[in-house]
Parts: sequence; C-alpha cells; structure tokens
Amino acid sequence: MKVGLFIPCYIDQFYPQVGIATLQLLEKLNCEVVFPLNQTCCGQPMANSGFTGKTGGCNKNFVNNFSNVDYIVAPSGSCVLHIKEHLHTENEVAAKYIRRNIYELTEFMTDILNVEKLPSYFPHKVGLHISCHGQRGLHLSSMSELVTPSFSKPEKLLRLVKDLQIVLPQRSDECCGFGGTFCVVEESVSVKMGKDRINEHEANQVEYITATDVSCLMHLQGILRRKKSRVQVRHVAEILNAI
Amino acid sequence: MQNSIKDHAALSEIFNEDEKRVNWHDETLWFVRQKRDKAVQDVTEWEQLREYGSQIKNHTLSSLDDYLIEFEKRATANGMAIHWAADAKEHNEIIAEIIRKNHIKQVVKSKSMLTEECNLNSYLASLGIQVIDTDLGEYIVQLRKEHPSHIVLPAIHLKKEDVSDTFHQYLNTEKGNNNPQYLAEAARQQLRRKFISSELAITGVNFAVAETGGFVVCTNEGNADMGVHAARIHVACMGIEKIIPKAAHLGIFLRLLARSATGQPITVYSSHFHKPRPGQQMHVVIVDNGRTRQLGRPDFRNSLKCIRCAACFNTCPVYRKSGGHSYHNAVAGPLGAILNPNINMRGNADLPFASTLCGSCSNVCPVKIDIHEQLWKWRQVLTDEGYVTFGKKWGMKALSLVVSSPSIYRISGKMGRWIMRHFPSLLANKTVNPWYKQRDMPDAPGQSFRTWYLKNKK
Repeated sequence: MKVGLFIPCYIDQFYPQVGIATLQLLEKLNCEVVFPLNQTCCGQPMANSGFTGKTGGCNKNFVNNFSNVDYIVAPSGSCVLHIKEHLHTENEVAAKYIRRNIYELTEFMTDILNVEKLPSYFPHKVGLHISCHGQRGLHLSSMSELVTPSFSKPEKLLRLVKDLQIVLPQRSDECCGFGGTFCVVEESVSVKMGKDRINEHEANQVEYITATDVSCLMHLQGILRRKKSRVQVRHVAEILNAI
Repeated sequence: MQNSIKDHAALSEIFNEDEKRVNWHDETLWFVRQKRDKAVQDVTEWEQLREYGSQIKNHTLSSLDDYLIEFEKRATANGMAIHWAADAKEHNEIIAEIIRKNHIKQVVKSKSMLTEECNLNSYLASLGIQVIDTDLGEYIVQLRKEHPSHIVLPAIHLKKEDVSDTFHQYLNTEKGNNNPQYLAEAARQQLRRKFISSELAITGVNFAVAETGGFVVCTNEGNADMGVHAARIHVACMGIEKIIPKAAHLGIFLRLLARSATGQPITVYSSHFHKPRPGQQMHVVIVDNGRTRQLGRPDFRNSLKCIRCAACFNTCPVYRKSGGHSYHNAVAGPLGAILNPNINMRGNADLPFASTLCGSCSNVCPVKIDIHEQLWKWRQVLTDEGYVTFGKKWGMKALSLVVSSPSIYRISGKMGRWIMRHFPSLLANKTVNPWYKQRDMPDAPGQSFRTWYLKNKK
C-alpha cells in the first residue's frame, strides 16, 4: 500500500514536528510512505476567500504530485475536505482519483488501516477540540446538532493511547474561530471564539489541547501564549505517535 | 438601515468592546440552542422529518407559480382579497392604500420580518399613520427606535435592565424596577389599549396552504390573534415562498418550526385563518421583492425553503459573539448572510465572509438548507462581480503565485521564517498585523518538514 503523504503548507513551514509524527506513525503501521517533493498548498486559502479562479496552479501542482499513489493522507481535515470538494483540473480523471482517495489521518487509520491497537503512551490529561471541517465535512465524528448515533474516529484512536485521559469541553463541537482568513478579517470575533474554547478546556484543567487540524491549534496556541497559559497544544498525530 | 457604513467586522469589534455583555449574549442564545437540542433529541424520527420538510419545500419551489395561483383562487373564493407586490415599494403602497381607503390612523402589527424587510413602519409613519408593534420584543425595540436583532427573539440583545430603562422613559414605569413580570404587565396594559383602538391589524404568515386558501400564523404571545380579532380589517403579508401545497404538511412544518426555534413542541398559538368574519375584510399581500431572482440562481434557490426558525442564528458562534445588529439588515445571522446579497450585493458583500464555515447552521436547519455551502458560493460570486477590496485582491494574487510554484513557495517560506526569527518585530506589531493584536505568532522553525525529510529520509 503506497501512501502519498500530504503535508499542508503551513504545517510544512511552521509545524514540521506534526509532519514527522504523521510520517512515523504511518510507517509504524506498515505503510509505504512517499512524500512528493514538489507539493505546496491545497488552494483553500484562495477558494475560501472567494478566489477559486486563482487555484488553478495549485490544483495542477497537486495532481502532478499525487497521481501515482494508492492513497493520499494528510494530518488536516480542512485541507482534505477542500481537495475532496474542490479539486478540479483539465485532467479530470486524475483529479477524481485523488478526490476519492484522499483521507484525513484519523479517518485513514480507522477506515482503511482498521487500527485497533497502538503502542503509544501519553500520560496526560488532554482536551479534545473537534475541528469543524473534519467533523461536519468529513464526518470524523457524530455532530451535536443531529439526531444520529454517536461515534468519533479521533476519540476512538486516542482511547488506545496508554495513560491518556481525554476530556471534552461542555460545548463539545463548537468552532474555535480560526476560519482561515476569517481569523484576521474578523479578528475580534475570531479571538473571542478562541478564548471561549480555551476557557472551557482550562476549566477542565487539561495539560494539552489536541485536534485533527493544526490550523485550529495554531490559533488557540496564539491565544494561550499571549495569556501565558500553561496549557499546550499537540496535534493528534503527535499524541498517537508518542511513546 | 442604521449601520450601513460600517461592515460586519467593524460592527462586531464595537460589539466586542464589552466582553461581559458578549458573554451574556452568547450564553443566552446558547441556552436556546440547548433547548432546541433537547426538544429534537426526543423525536427519534427528527432527521426523517427534516428530510420531509426539505423535500416538500423543494417540490413547492419547483411549482411555485402553480401553487400561488391555486392559493389565490381558493383564498378569493373564501372571501379574502389577494394583492400581488413585485417589491417592497409596492407592498408598502398596497397596505397604505387599504389604510387610506378605510380612513385609518393607527394600526397594530404582529411580528412580520417581511414588513421589516420592506421598511413598512417608516413608510407608514411618513404618511402620518402610527404602527404599533405588538410582539413584546418588537414593541421594546420599536420604543427604542432600533431594529430587531433576531428574527424570532427581536430584543435578545437587551437585558431586563435595558427594558426597565426603556419602559421608564417611554411608559413611565418605576425607575430601576427590573422585575420581568412588572415590565411585561406594563407593556400588556399599553398594548391592550392599542389592540382595542386599532381598526386594522397587520400580521405575517408562517404557512399559506394552496389546497385550502387559508394561512397559519404562529405566535407565543397571542398578539396576532388579539390584534386581528379586535380589528375590522386583517392584512396578512407573505413572501411568495411561504406557500405549502397541503394542510397535511402543517403536521411536519409546525413540529419542525417550534422545536427548531425555541425548543417548544409547538408554538403557543398556531392560528389558522380561512375566511373573514361577517363584516370583516381580510387581505393577503403576496410579495416577491427579489425572491424570484433568488429562485433563478441555481446555487441559492433552496435558501427559499427557509421557514424562519432562526436555529441557524442560535447555533452560530459568530452570530452569538457579534450580535444581530452587526449584520446591518432585517434578517441577520447565517440566513441573512445568504439572503441579503441577493437583494443588495454591494451593501452586503461583507456578510458571506462573517462565517468560519463551521457548518453548524446547515446541521440545525429544519429544512436542510446548505447554508454554509451557500456562504462559500456567495464568496465566489461577490469576488467575480468585483465586490472585493484592492488589498485582498492583490494579496490573493500574490499568494496564488507563490503556492502555484514549488520553488517560489520554498524560497518564500524559508525567507519568511528567517525574517520571523531575526526581525520578529516586523510581524509582532499590533497595528499592521491583526493576528498579533490578541495572539502570539507561531514559532518559525529553522527547517521545514521537507528539509527534514530530505536530510533524514532520502
């Protein structure tokens, strides 16, 4: 099984440790992982700002990098959702193949690798932030608005980690307020949303906040550091890879 | 409207100056969302009901003209007068004409967001006709010369202390008496006199039934009924999308509406109007005002399925933390953000961006409108139509250039991180960098993941 590792641009530049954890985790699970060297960005920042017309170069580049693998896996629900919904190029056959075979990491581990046990160890109290695009877009977990059976792919995996205590905030799936360019265009509301998420996690006395998306964590980390909080952020991949 | 110069982001910033009040607003509306959750979790077939609601509305929209004409035929046979209004202006003029013909000086009006959309109150006031809003929340905001901040809970932005001050000023109640019962009683006494002395009552319409030519008005206060029963003329205003084919469909929509709106199993009053009483006049004004244009936009037509429950407002964290007036329109929230650009693209180009696209709105919608997807699509339309700032346009062009080329991307990333490490104050600046105002910058590591990969894995 050949897995193409997609490391979104801001993770590549600012959170390389998340890329490393994802790669190591997939290799531990016996995947043959390749990292196509000319990958850049999924195009979401432009598309969500109304500039889908400016994503042609990204799309073409993405297809060039990821056409020769069985699966594409990324530690980001948001970027994966964008590709699934909006990747189109002149080569529609290749684009369609990618749209159908791209997975967010915990989704891939649950649905394709059928992971039932992990050698991981993380003896900490961790607050789980549910990232919206992974949840409501990729259906990584059930949603509080719907009357459906409850499940959570990230939570199920985290429960395999030895000595990890997971705590959910009271508003279990409320958005953190990152929202791409929203975080700067609507700065005051964005920060207020983030502060309120953090208050709930701090009330639970967690040591870490984790999520399937680094973008949410980057936003929360910015607020946590500004208020000199002791709470730290870790991507799900870093915890699942911890020993 | 009152806030037409500032956009949603600027108005939200002002709203967020008083954080305690934001917390209160957020918690109040979250409480309504929780009530809704509790009410829908008790209905095991909830998702099926939503699907029925959605399908009936989709079907109706595809034969809207037929159903409207059927409604007109039946309603006319029942003794109602049907009026067609192409836009807000015609709507207001039709109502003014009914009022003028009958020599009426004062009218009572129960909640109708359509009349807010059409600015009926100020139009009638300009003709010397006094309109009294009789929904308690609307009455409060009307006294304060404000607009509703929420389509179901018009005064949800106000605390009981604010209401007490307002009533003290306008109704001469005791200063500082914040007892809700006392305040409600004061309003009741005032409104009772207006109900009795008004000869014309305006109501909205929640559902108009094509099969029967009747319509249903839902309220919790009974104020629509009180107004209508005491007046010799009833004028009901409806958008063309309020039509449903059959009376049996009410069994679905009434269940969906109240649970979604407030977590009640049903509204306190669901009043069915079929024909005028002897001696009474009953008018229905059917309004387009841009709705057929929306119907003609394939990406946005299903926004017309909306039954105005406001569940999308209550669940939206952006709405809860920015307040209804920040949306500078009669209809705020995620719903307003997909409806208002249809009416005025330039004036409402900010609204589809007042969202993180979290998707909660679409999940609570009782008729399954893909609200967050329409927000995304409106962003594309607005950008294509040129409603975009110079800075954003060039910023996106530059970003596109960088990420379209692997080599430019890598060089830019490396340079960017180098600058962040060596000249942090360039970005750690609250005036030029909105991120930094209330958030620290992420670390800028010495090497990217790709560089690590080449060193360690190749």
